Amino acid sequence: MDIEYNDAERAFRDEVRGFLAENLPATIAEKVNNYRRLSRDETVHWHRVLGEKGWLAMHWPTEYGGPGWSPIQKHIFEEESAAAGAPRLLPFGINMVAPVIIKFGSQAQKDYYLPRMLTMDDWWAQGYSEPGAGSDLASLKMRAERQGDHYIVNGQKTWTTLGQHANMIFCLVRTDPQAAKKQEGISFLLIDMNSPGVTVRPLITLDGEHEVNEVFFDNVEVPVENRVGEENKGWTYAKYLLTFERTGIAGVGISKAALAHLKTIAHEYRIRGQRLIEQPAFADRLAEIEIELMAVEMTNLRVVAAAEAGGVPGAESSFLKIMGTEVRQKISDLYREAVGPYALPFIDEDDAPVGPDFAGVAAPTYFNLRKLSIFGGSNEIQKNIISKAILGL
Amino acid sequence: MDFSYSDEQRMLKDMVDRLVAEQYDFDTREAARASSAGYSTQMWQQFAELGLLGVPLSEDAGGFDGGGAELMVVAEGFGRALVVEPYLASVVLCGHLIDALADGVHKAELAESIISGEMRYALACHEPDGGYDPHWIATTARADGDGYVLDGSKAVVAHGDSADRLIVIARSSGEPGDRDGLSAFLVDASAQGVARRGYPTIDGHRAADITLANVRVGGDALLGEARQAGAALDAALERGVIYLCAEATGAMDRACELTLEYLKQRKQFGVPIGSFQALQHRMVDMRIALEKVRALTFWAACSLESAPDERRQRIAAAKVMVGRAGRQVAEEAIQLFGGMGMMEESAIAHYAKRIVMIDHWLGDHRWHMAAFRRALVDGDNALANAA
Repeated sequence: MDIEYNDAERAFRDEVRGFLAENLPATIAEKVNNYRRLSRDETVHWHRVLGEKGWLAMHWPTEYGGPGWSPIQKHIFEEESAAAGAPRLLPFGINMVAPVIIKFGSQAQKDYYLPRMLTMDDWWAQGYSEPGAGSDLASLKMRAERQGDHYIVNGQKTWTTLGQHANMIFCLVRTDPQAAKKQEGISFLLIDMNSPGVTVRPLITLDGEHEVNEVFFDNVEVPVENRVGEENKGWTYAKYLLTFERTGIAGVGISKAALAHLKTIAHEYRIRGQRLIEQPAFADRLAEIEIELMAVEMTNLRVVAAAEAGGVPGAESSFLKIMGTEVRQKISDLYREAVGPYALPFIDEDDAPVGPDFAGVAAPTYFNLRKLSIFGGSNEIQKNIISKAILGL
Repeated sequence: MDFSYSDEQRMLKDMVDRLVAEQYDFDTREAARASSAGYSTQMWQQFAELGLLGVPLSEDAGGFDGGGAELMVVAEGFGRALVVEPYLASVVLCGHLIDALADGVHKAELAESIISGEMRYALACHEPDGGYDPHWIATTARADGDGYVLDGSKAVVAHGDSADRLIVIARSSGEPGDRDGLSAFLVDASAQGVARRGYPTIDGHRAADITLANVRVGGDALLGEARQAGAALDAALERGVIYLCAEATGAMDRACELTLEYLKQRKQFGVPIGSFQALQHRMVDMRIALEKVRALTFWAACSLESAPDERRQRIAAAKVMVGRAGRQVAEEAIQLFGGMGMMEESAIAHYAKRIVMIDHWLGDHRWHMAAFRRALVDGDNALANAA
């Protein structure tokens, strides 16, 4: 038993570190480290840099342009990226729809879409949730009716993350409303967002950000060849997408970077002449969160190591999702508490800041991260999964 | 990185698991607990025959030279069965002190007496006024001819009532709270001036309050150098904490299993209570708590050879989590068992008691949190050094 990285793993870590040091623009890292939003261009730039290096599609098989990394290498890459302040990679194309296309898509779909993901020529959005279908995804209503070699699509998607930047969206649509079960009669479509009849409307979240959108489809024509797999079998593909191996789900690297940032503040920021870290109540809470994060990290590494040995993380990723998101929320909660009354001013990013320069993002970030236990299958849904799949209840 | 057991660790685990599965059911445990020693001397002898009493001792002491992983394997198995024999006191704590401090023939003899099960040892360290502080030693050791005279009081000494020999931590110089100046003495439990008041503990073990009044020991009773026992004491206690964390992991694991079985079998309103979502989520929360304890125990156990700061911080982290998450699991288990969880006759109640009370042995979550926090304030970063 050995919990340390071996020589090869350390060498890989050094290689990743070196690459990040050389290629990650300081302006981008500075923004990421200070919880500021990136522009579309900045996001695209970093994806292209990684795409050229061959490190963008880390879960893909090498024949399609994946780097052929082991689970531990993927873990190291994510961890080092977060530590360096690299932008989090957009999952919608590379990690969500791509595996579905690779496994179930036509040759034409693979040939066309996969290379464009590596160059970020397409910005993908996810079209799963609807106003009446969140965690209960199978109750979705958006319709697609076959007319010759097209589907006519009508309906609405919501919570479409960064949909304002996207030109492609993958959607679950209902192709057979008469199906016996609500999981049947669903198909998986790839839709060009520039098609006539597609409207994107911003949803402003409680932190004042435009991160999510609702997307309306009004008699949108979608070619039949844009359907992935068989008609009415979309639920199978959707489930595959949702359970696709993601040991990164715990977000340990991001949490470590966030905690390190908070610790720096705790060591430097003084209230009434005393550093925050010298206040026992604050230090205890910080220690408690750090201990919790150590537990998440070690649990994550155990799952990664199991994957390395050939196991496929199934319901274990539900454990990681719950543990990882809870600790990340706790970090942002303590960050909010750390800045005291300066959590209150709500100032536009372009205006002169009020209070210490790290204070302005504290409360909005805290509120924004409430989403973590809601999206991707709420943490309660994860508990239902564990109840059934692991506990057999 | 390699999270798998070696062949030897796997064999050890199989042996311990088989032993407790076949011979340590709950009724057997309860019978042993009710005996005069508070455990089964027959079982203890069997541990000896299987070589278990030598697992953490070094090879030159005649042991198996087991490290943190081996300690974890044994303790986790014992935790699953709520083993009440004095393994922690005799083998882990006193075994380490003898290993670290005694030398030559003396060490071999003492170690042999532990490994064979012939002699049972207890560590008389903590004192009535010291809380969890192992350096808060007011017991004095005064040189007297070529021997020493010991005076003082020791509190809640694990298995101190049935031990044949005590290792007494006494002060040769300095003030209570100082680590410097501590000495370790081997004292026959029946020696003149040793008074013991034994009692059961609420978690099914036994302990004793011990007073030493003018206890004369020979010069050979001193283990190692005078005034230099602090480091070995700390190292022994660290191993003890790892043992307790792993025992808690095993006990929590079993408590989760028992609770899960109960949820599937117990019916109310015509259906198994496990079909209620509110209870399912509580059960999942228990399992998450267990995972956290398991993860940190694993990390702590694998850090026994790490740099001192890292090691201390990881061990403290594990004990903090055991205290907090352990309480959560114990309370939830009782809640989910309902009235049955309140019954002395139900196994789950005993798991709950042991899991919660492990927080009271060798430093609770507050004590270890303070240790962890000190590193934080000093600017250490456990996470930056991780992996």
